[in-house]
Amino acid sequence: MKVACPTTLAEAISHKALGFTPVAGATDLWAHWPVRTANHDLSYVDLSGLHELRGIAWSAEHLTLGALTTYWDTMQDSRVNAEFPLLIAAARYVGAIQIQSRGTWAGNIANGSPAADGVPALMALDARVRLVGSNGERTVPLDRFYTGYRATVMGVDELITAILVPRRTYSFTAFEKVGPRRAQAITKVGFAVAHSADGWRVVANSMAATVRRCPSLEAILNASHPNPPAEPDLRAAASKDLAPISDIRSTAEYRTEVFARLLRSTLATMTARP
Amino acid sequence: MSHDTMHIAFTLNGKAVEIDVLPHERLLDTLRYTLGLTGAKEGCGEGECGACTVHLDGLPVNSCLVPTFQVRGRDVRTVEHLSPALLAPLHECGATQCGACTPGVVMAAAWIRDNSHLLSRFSIRELMAGNLCRCTGYDGIVHGVERLVASEQGAA
Repeated sequence: MKVACPTTLAEAISHKALGFTPVAGATDLWAHWPVRTANHDLSYVDLSGLHELRGIAWSAEHLTLGALTTYWDTMQDSRVNAEFPLLIAAARYVGAIQIQSRGTWAGNIANGSPAADGVPALMALDARVRLVGSNGERTVPLDRFYTGYRATVMGVDELITAILVPRRTYSFTAFEKVGPRRAQAITKVGFAVAHSADGWRVVANSMAATVRRCPSLEAILNASHPNPPAEPDLRAAASKDLAPISDIRSTAEYRTEVFARLLRSTLATMTARP
Repeated sequence: MSHDTMHIAFTLNGKAVEIDVLPHERLLDTLRYTLGLTGAKEGCGEGECGACTVHLDGLPVNSCLVPTFQVRGRDVRTVEHLSPALLAPLHECGATQCGACTPGVVMAAAWIRDNSHLLSRFSIRELMAGNLCRCTGYDGIVHGVERLVASEQGAA
């Protein structure tokens, strides 16, 4: 096992291009580390020394989360709490303080788990991902970031350097997670929902091979707004948008049923808002 | 597999240390087997149980999920650094039984005591949710942390 500990982004990118695996908070990569012996033969590039990836910044258009921003960094930030309660709701569901203090929003995106809890909240807010590689910088909408199970559009030489979240006025946001317990559990069924002047967003996790936006659900929500759609319509749309599987954590039947009921009850809390 | 060692320096319980570590070492193992600090315990090895909790730059972390190479230049505090007096309120409230989770519980509790302003936004239960205890049923732990925080505020 080789480890590179760069102090500049350019150095980190050159290691990434050579196939080094990026490490930020290590909360995914180091789980069950002693028995994941295949991972001991990989090479790693430690991002934790890159000060240029730190920090939360605001512009007129965006909240920008540097790639090393942890869940706890946002939970502690009064401005993020005030303007983006959806992000805080999601952060509070990720592990507990020992994970929130280490896990990063960007790592949650790059890890590519369909059960990621941070990704649905960011995707429901139309977040974009800033990637930097040897040929420069580009920005990709998070809802175009995944191409399949744990597969992304990131080039071999690219690193996530920041997440951009557009600043909008939201009339409704909600985050739901169903797991074996409130803390520390991997999600069986989850979603984030948001409504602004740009319309409805519904993003589900643990309901398909990737965290996924739900265009059919968004369409019927936009059509019935400000009232929630009828439950049979919700179920029909969800079945078009999602493809849950049965695995170690749950069954496809359970996920389908709980998703529909939880979405219905969540939307009922915003009844008759203009 | 390459086993080139890495030389790292960091602050451990207030003292500067410099050691050679293997690249694949976890902070938990470095503390226990290289530095002889066996207070942090391995429970699950996947960041769920909190028995290996230490403070990294003042925040609770699972030391089983920290690559040792990441603590270079940083501040690490373990349960050995805490005053044994911290245990009294936990003992009084029945917060300990077999003791396996206790070092991690105490590290989380000490962090809450030192950051009691957080309790206006977070409950003790939420802040202690990363520490599993299979003996006490948690009420004793929550009461013990309440008493610890109250004693600190009384002393201040």
